[in-house]
Amino acid sequence: MRLKLEKRREPSMAMVVVTPILAVVLTMLIGIVVFDAIGIDGQRAVVDIFLTPLLASYKWQDVAVKAAPLVLIALGLSVGNRAQIWNIGAEGQYIIGALCAAGVGLSVGSGGFLIMLAMVIAGVVGGTAWAAVPAWLRLRFNVNEILSSLMLTYVALQVLGYLVGGPWKDPNGRNFPATAPLAPDQGLPILVPGTTIHLGVLVALILPFVFWAIMARSVFGYQIRVVGAAPHAARHGGFDSRNTVWASMLIGGGMAGLAGALEFSGILHKIDLGFPSGYGFTAIIVSFLGRLHPIGCLIAGIVLAVTFVGGQLAKTTVHIPDSTAGIFQAMMLFFILASDIFVRYRVRFTSSRAKPVAGE
Amino acid sequence: MSKDNAMPNPPPRLELKGITKHFPGVLANDHVSMAVQPGEIHALLGENGAGKSTLVKMIYGIMQPDAGEIRWNGKPVVVPNPKAARRLGIGMVFQHFSLFEALTVMENIALGMDARIPAREPDARIRAVMTQYGLLLDPGRIVSTLSVGERQRIEIVRALLLNPELLIMDEPTSVLTPQEVDQLFVVLRQLASEGRSILYISHKLHEIKALCDTATILRGGKLVDRCDPRVESSRSMAEKMIGGNLKDIQRGKLGNFGAEKLVVKGLSVPAEGPFGVALKDISFSVRAGEIFGIAGVAGNGQNALLLALSGEATAKSHQAISVDGAPVGHMRARARRGQGMASVPEERNGHAAVPVFSLADNAVLTARDRLGMVRSGLIDHRAARTYAGEVIEAFSVKATGPGALAESLSGGNLQKYIMGREILQKPQVLVVSQPTWGVDAGAAAAIHQALVDLAADGSAIVVISQDLDELLALCDTLAVINEGRLSRPMKVSEARIEEIGLLMGGIHGETTHAA
Amino acid sequence: MGFDVIASFMTIVGLSTPILLAGLGEMITEKSGVLNLGVEGMMLLGAIGGFAAGVLTHNPWLAVVCAAAAGAMGGLLFGVFTLSLNSNQTATGLALTIFGTGLSSLLGLSFTGMIVMPFGSVFPVALARHPILQIIFGYSPIVYFALIMVPLVAWFLRSTRAGLILRAVGENDRSAHSLGYNVILVRYSAIAFGGAMAGIAGAYFSLVITPMWAERMTAGRGWIALALVVFAGWKAGRLLVGAYLFGVLMWLELFAKAGGFGDVLPVAQIIPSQFWAAMPFIMTVVVLAIISSRDKGGDNAPACLGKPFLPTG
Repeated sequence: MRLKLEKRREPSMAMVVVTPILAVVLTMLIGIVVFDAIGIDGQRAVVDIFLTPLLASYKWQDVAVKAAPLVLIALGLSVGNRAQIWNIGAEGQYIIGALCAAGVGLSVGSGGFLIMLAMVIAGVVGGTAWAAVPAWLRLRFNVNEILSSLMLTYVALQVLGYLVGGPWKDPNGRNFPATAPLAPDQGLPILVPGTTIHLGVLVALILPFVFWAIMARSVFGYQIRVVGAAPHAARHGGFDSRNTVWASMLIGGGMAGLAGALEFSGILHKIDLGFPSGYGFTAIIVSFLGRLHPIGCLIAGIVLAVTFVGGQLAKTTVHIPDSTAGIFQAMMLFFILASDIFVRYRVRFTSSRAKPVAGE
Repeated sequence: MSKDNAMPNPPPRLELKGITKHFPGVLANDHVSMAVQPGEIHALLGENGAGKSTLVKMIYGIMQPDAGEIRWNGKPVVVPNPKAARRLGIGMVFQHFSLFEALTVMENIALGMDARIPAREPDARIRAVMTQYGLLLDPGRIVSTLSVGERQRIEIVRALLLNPELLIMDEPTSVLTPQEVDQLFVVLRQLASEGRSILYISHKLHEIKALCDTATILRGGKLVDRCDPRVESSRSMAEKMIGGNLKDIQRGKLGNFGAEKLVVKGLSVPAEGPFGVALKDISFSVRAGEIFGIAGVAGNGQNALLLALSGEATAKSHQAISVDGAPVGHMRARARRGQGMASVPEERNGHAAVPVFSLADNAVLTARDRLGMVRSGLIDHRAARTYAGEVIEAFSVKATGPGALAESLSGGNLQKYIMGREILQKPQVLVVSQPTWGVDAGAAAAIHQALVDLAADGSAIVVISQDLDELLALCDTLAVINEGRLSRPMKVSEARIEEIGLLMGGIHGETTHAA
Repeated sequence: MGFDVIASFMTIVGLSTPILLAGLGEMITEKSGVLNLGVEGMMLLGAIGGFAAGVLTHNPWLAVVCAAAAGAMGGLLFGVFTLSLNSNQTATGLALTIFGTGLSSLLGLSFTGMIVMPFGSVFPVALARHPILQIIFGYSPIVYFALIMVPLVAWFLRSTRAGLILRAVGENDRSAHSLGYNVILVRYSAIAFGGAMAGIAGAYFSLVITPMWAERMTAGRGWIALALVVFAGWKAGRLLVGAYLFGVLMWLELFAKAGGFGDVLPVAQIIPSQFWAAMPFIMTVVVLAIISSRDKGGDNAPACLGKPFLPTG
């Protein structure tokens, strides 16, 4: 038997929807087998990681709060990924966004709507500025944006370390490297009393629909899609590749910065060395699992948030480390990427014939 | 030339019996049977899409037939891959060269040989082969610095080093000047006289008449005829190839041109990228109703010229290009379309059209402004679908509708759609490159007719093509591009083919002679 | 405390070795036309694989072999997805890094707190600990291996038929395929080699630098190795120079943290240590800017780098 690929006349829309679901299911099945093999109760682990957070209502708020930054960052990254511009430094832009928001919040001290707005705007500006550097380097010096945006993430980590350990260190903080907490009236309003669900969650729920409208209907969305699908055709159609690079990098950075600002002002209220949680990297998975579609990002963000919350849960129930969720997330990404082939090709099995081989 | 008659009935060198190959939706080869004798130059004649390339790919082991038998010197064989083909003694020179730009001539030749040979030996053998056939090359040169003719020589040398009994040549002359073609024919005749067989794939009838002993004609995957091209007329072979009577282009009165529509004056553009060609001081003008042809061998600046005219590359001077008297040299593609200047680049997939987009979405690419498909930053998808439908209708594009993906169309149908997309916008100036490249005869005729009709309506048209026959049939005026310079324009009715050939070769052709 | 030239030099060698190893491997991978962004993940797999084997067998040589195998397995996983299933190389490389990070943490759980015998110099103590001669003899065999691989890789690419085929596949996969070369097989081999080298680079962290396991112990060096390949213009000699240049930059952080500037240059002491820690990454970006703008995208870059290849048609 030989595997044979035949190109489909049109990409299968069914496969576009089915394959992400298959990727998640396949990941769960393989998870069970692998965990059993290394002596962990696989079924329990997979149930805890993938299902318990959905079934137990008291975990929903955790899922919502964790999904918000993932969805926001993934929305921005999907724009760039569609245009084949690879910003993988969203983690750094997220950190800088949060730091900018913290800078505004901590230096003002007082609360109110305007201050909250100023913090969020500072976060967006910070993330945008951090992403502007790789965009500029790419256009001015032809530097690969994958490497430069990632390098800047490591730089952002050091900036954070310097600020919370030095100038911004809380004098009343028992010498821990962390900023002072926000004043109670500076944090984002809580939407559902008695939970941690803050205003940022609502933002993350609304923006996917805004992005959807823009990407599907506007000339800008068309431009992003053309540049990604056929750069030469984009040039022929009169679209400027330079401003596509700018736009997609800055949108990615701005959304990451927004996520950072909302995470800081909505839930953590202070910044310490543990602030960088890898949302910027996980959002890349969200973006692909959501098939670079804004609504897909919303759903995929929730799925990934479930694995985060579930990973925490499994840590106590079956004693596996946090990083296990990372393995599952990477497996989902592998499978979703590999499944693209089923969207564009039909897989057939043919029997290989045995005939005498020439010249041997 | 000379057939081997020493033995009473020598087995054919290559014999195909009932070769069949399916692709999704297409029967590329339908029970094709043919034979090539030792020492014979055998033409495989057919339109683009007739199944010639598929057939030779199976002989050379790149593809496997679904059914049928290949016999080599009388024995049935399976050719699993090109390596096995070369072991049998089959060499192939591809239409699109399988060369490695960044590697040297020597490395390229070594890659074409299967066994490791001590470092000095191939050098001597290569030189021997090159002098024997007059195919001169510097082994240390990087391929990207060579002309197209020189590159083809690498391919031929590479094939000859294996001492093949059968040499397959796939459309070898499509990129050569008339003089280079003559040189190639000398080499091929010499090879045949040594008893080697040559399978010569082409759709150029006069070449086949001049060179080949036998011709096998394919149409739509089927073998339609076998004939002796030396006694057959070009027209009769063409009709067998196309499967109907040839239709001539319908033209109105000639010579009644209007005012100057497109004026290009001293246009210079630096080379784009390490392998690009710079345009040097190009000047010409096209009047209303005139079709202006630009001939030339591939890689002499045709791409750069199209980009410069379409606005994908801008000129330094505003005045370098003007449309209806308005300078547009500084404008980008979108602004030039606003001035009534449309273009169709050579590459359909990924340049003129987005393969993974629907035809309606592809209409948005170039027609969005002139046809009001955008309102306050939003795309009117209904307007795009309507326009795509009109183009499909007017140019009889075979597609399931405006929602069909561009990549699902055949080359000819996609080309008709792209031409229609520009022509129905009624541009004042239309620049097209290789309008019928890889297009079947019916579609080519329709495209030519559409260009003629657009000119009759008072537009100025520039056709850039490597197909001299096409230009001579279609254009009123002709100029030749060579190494980024454009020759003096001449009236087609007064042009001499030898002069055009020399211009196509330019000084460039002379140096490769002497090398 | 005086400025110890010999100790500093040896530290720089230690810091340069892993990025040199991973860089050489990635260079071969990229020469075949494949961009594997999973270097960091493969290094971590090598680090835990080598460490586990070291704990279980007490044989450092076997541990290095296992590290290479673990890295190569990571590479082959990447190959299955990108070559056989034709997935996007950029995103798959990222997935490999995330996967390698997660899997190494999970596997490393059982090895936390354990230590192995450091895989140090195998020369006689008289040479290896000699106050001056240790600058030649005082290194782990992995260091010498890395240095030997530089001319070997250069020779392989320039002068062997296999190297020529590898370059041809990276330059024009379609032509190589039409000439009858097995593009996919060549690329699998190149990826496996790249993975093995990254694995050994990872083992250098867990067997030599700190002979114990720590999560994410390679600390982004895999990404620097990727940048190094661009810096080197896909040439082995320049890769060696670049690796040692970055070694010096990384040494500056250690030097600053140890208060070294206090003696040499008092003004430099007011610069926070985070600045020196960020330095290699900032310099990488700066160097990339200089290299990339000069080479116009790198004439030497393999033409097919990162592009998918489907042998049908």
